[in-house]
Amino acid sequence: MDITATAWRVESRTRASNMFSIVAAILTLLALAAPLFISRGAVQNLFFILTMLVLAQCWNLLAGYAGLVSVGQQAFVGFGAYAMFAGVILLRLDPIAAILFSGLAAALLAIPTGYFIFRLQGAYFAIGSWVVAEIARLALAQWKPLGGGTGTSLPGGAVRDMWGAAAVGKLLGMRPVQAADVVCYWLALALAVATIGFIYWLLRSRQGLALAAVRDNQETARSVGVDARRLKTFVYLATAFVTGLVGALIYVQKARISPDAAFSVVDWTAYVIFVVVIGGIGTIEGPILGVIVLFLLRDTFADYGSWYLLALGLIGIAVMLFAPRGLWGLFADRTGIQFFPIRRTLRGGPECATKTIEGATHG
Amino acid sequence: MTSLIDVVVQGVLLGGLYALFAAGLSLVFGIMRLVNLAHGDLIVLAAFLILALVTKLGLNPFVAALVAAPIMFALGWVLQSQVLNRTLGPDILPPLLVTFGLSIVIQNGLLESFSADSRRISTGSLETASLTLGSVDIGVMPLLTFLSAVAVIVGLNQLFYRTALGRAFRATSDDRVTAGLMGIRPDRIFATATGIAMVVVTIAALYLGARANFDPTIGPARLIYAFEAVIIGGLGSLWGTLAGGVVIGVAQTAGAAVNPEWQILAGHLAFVLVLLLRPRGLFPSAVN
Repeated sequence: MDITATAWRVESRTRASNMFSIVAAILTLLALAAPLFISRGAVQNLFFILTMLVLAQCWNLLAGYAGLVSVGQQAFVGFGAYAMFAGVILLRLDPIAAILFSGLAAALLAIPTGYFIFRLQGAYFAIGSWVVAEIARLALAQWKPLGGGTGTSLPGGAVRDMWGAAAVGKLLGMRPVQAADVVCYWLALALAVATIGFIYWLLRSRQGLALAAVRDNQETARSVGVDARRLKTFVYLATAFVTGLVGALIYVQKARISPDAAFSVVDWTAYVIFVVVIGGIGTIEGPILGVIVLFLLRDTFADYGSWYLLALGLIGIAVMLFAPRGLWGLFADRTGIQFFPIRRTLRGGPECATKTIEGATHG
Repeated sequence: MTSLIDVVVQGVLLGGLYALFAAGLSLVFGIMRLVNLAHGDLIVLAAFLILALVTKLGLNPFVAALVAAPIMFALGWVLQSQVLNRTLGPDILPPLLVTFGLSIVIQNGLLESFSADSRRISTGSLETASLTLGSVDIGVMPLLTFLSAVAVIVGLNQLFYRTALGRAFRATSDDRVTAGLMGIRPDRIFATATGIAMVVVTIAALYLGARANFDPTIGPARLIYAFEAVIIGGLGSLWGTLAGGVVIGVAQTAGAAVNPEWQILAGHLAFVLVLLLRPRGLFPSAVN
């Protein structure tokens, strides 16, 4: 008997994912250098894509992995945006410092709201999260120093003079307003890369495995010692932090806030849900594909106003009914390609080094 | 003192409207565990349907609601049997996302067909008619709303506990598979239930449109009031839902009496308070 005993090992990387990591690194570098070559309008479009991508990744982590179907993420976008305005206008912080402050503020808000809506099970969690967003909107509409129900603007020059804008302007030879756009874009890029990196790391860790176990069967997962509630709380707080950061960043760029816009369920939750559903829920690739599809649709059909949103709703419903794993799911099922593999595969062992045993389907 | 009694009376009557919003939601959830995120938008859709019947055909609003009810029943039937039944299962994601999409579709469809203008269903002299009881003036429309809510709840309870259809509803709710073995077709039971919920929605829509202005975007807020009423009352109890509606109504009227801007916020805060103190609601049914 010729037994070649190689050690058992658990792997999740695939050839496609190794190739993709190189492509992803090149794409990131290209994106970093993009403001040197493209117009200001194109930079703003990329900013939109990246911020939507971060929101979509957060919602996907909540709904697709942690089973927390929230339709109230606008609570954290709006609260983050308002915290940034409060930081700049009331505390005289630099907008960039105020963005960090906003992420913390949103995470702090998530502690009491989480305590509250975790009392609601399943589908009722969804409406509970919406109630939270409504309460936040109505409460902030009462905050007179920030304009009450009509909202307010950032003081003139606050964004133009923010950290880094002058240096970038000098370096790239841009006017300060344009340089501020580039700084916002780079922050969005950094946030998108960090968010995807964080989610990928989380899902490949022990906690990620536990999360998938809870999603697939909560009772069984708990019986083997997974603390489902703690995991869900962690995901809820972490996504609130990131969503607050994005909200603040978006509103540094907009420079004008009102409660109805900052807590808009259509802008910050409906589009995000359609991105994730159309792209493919429960995968990291899905939201990336979805946000590209959304951008192309928006670019082509945005002039049609409510017809556009109506069509997007119909597409979302059709995808959910007939291809619940979205466009990426259709693609991955046919090709088996995964760019962000999180399924664990057991390789190695005696006899035959090529034999593989599939781990629990996970992802 | 007078104003306090007035606040409570007006609040209770407003609670009747919220109970009407909530009854349909409660019915559908009770039978098929489906939370319809488009419920509020369906109420607004029914209000526009009644408005169209009133303005185009010159019908009396109450007659228009009678005409609209079977149309909404049919819509509910088709919606459930053709779309929502496909989403039912252990996973809560498909029904939530499909009904959320539906909510966006209805809102934007209404925006395209009726514009964003604020509308009202005119009921002529009924709008301002009122009765004076002691020191409190009671509007006839709010009173009719409350009495309709009571009538709807009595009617639904009779339907549930006194008829063969109600028995089938309860059986399917308890155990879909066994009910199927007994010759009940769950799909048709669900479609019928949603159809009946849409009839209740039509009644709610009549009072929504006759009492205040409405536009295509107000649906989600109605869904939230309905949901709060159901949770405050405790799942599974229609009378509890009425009590929940009354709690929201009184809280809103009291908030508005202090500062008109606080009306809606006060209702939400009452809901948060109840959920923190009594997580299972005021009148939880014996079994969960």
